[in-house]
Amino acid sequence: MLIGKVIGETVATHKHPSHVGRKAMLVQPLNLDGTNRGDAVIALDSADAGVGDKVLLVIEGFSAMTSVGRPNSPIDAAILGVIDEVHLDV
Amino acid sequence: MILARVAGNVVATRKDPRLEGQKLLIVRPVSPDGKDEANYLIAVDVVGAGSKELVLVVSGSSARMAEGCKDKPVDAAIVGIVDSVHLEKKK
Amino acid sequence: MYLGRVTGCVWSTAKDANLSAHKLLIVQPLNTALEPNGRQIVCTDAVGVGIGETIYYCRGKESSFPFLPVEVPTDTTIVAVVDSVRVE
Repeated sequence: MLIGKVIGETVATHKHPSHVGRKAMLVQPLNLDGTNRGDAVIALDSADAGVGDKVLLVIEGFSAMTSVGRPNSPIDAAILGVIDEVHLDV
Repeated sequence: MILARVAGNVVATRKDPRLEGQKLLIVRPVSPDGKDEANYLIAVDVVGAGSKELVLVVSGSSARMAEGCKDKPVDAAIVGIVDSVHLEKKK
Repeated sequence: MYLGRVTGCVWSTAKDANLSAHKLLIVQPLNTALEPNGRQIVCTDAVGVGIGETIYYCRGKESSFPFLPVEVPTDTTIVAVVDSVRVE
């Protein structure tokens, strides 16, 4: 799992049935210092996240598809939770 | 599996129900000769690891074979606390 | 999933039997500003898209799931046509 920031949302009317009814958010994975870690991904939302939220991002099939309740679907990334706080040991 | 060092933790109240009660720790991969990498990942802790401890992290679908992680949305789990690492001496 | 734009298609006669019924499309991955990002890839299509469309695609083993029970040997599949992208 990674820390991500929701930076936007995509609208797609014509999509695979397994994606219907789920928000497809644009999430930028972050490093621990808050800098960007690679490119943004599209993650289906299972935690009712909004733009600007810091989230728990998973880029792995099983976790992603079962969290949005759509097993055996073409889903490779999902938002599992909304992060309240991150504690770093100095 | 990789060696990693516990670097912190994450608190998320609103999350997948299957993650409730799981400790989510931030770990940084460590090379076998002990160098910390800048990278990080969030792993579920099933062994009770503490701050700055050197741990064993399993990732990918194998992470769900860890105790209590079956059928949970987990892609990395801490499955051991490392006591020591022995490396063959470089010639 | 990742944003991309369909830029072309690939014809192949001699291919894996489980791939034979599938359209193979060339996709240029895009960044959030919808600018080209990285090298082009070949994707299977689970929704029926056309050349020039902005789409998002899925990577990894999950890419083969729309075609179950047939086990299609693909690692990238288009799963949606993107109407618009709103970035903060």
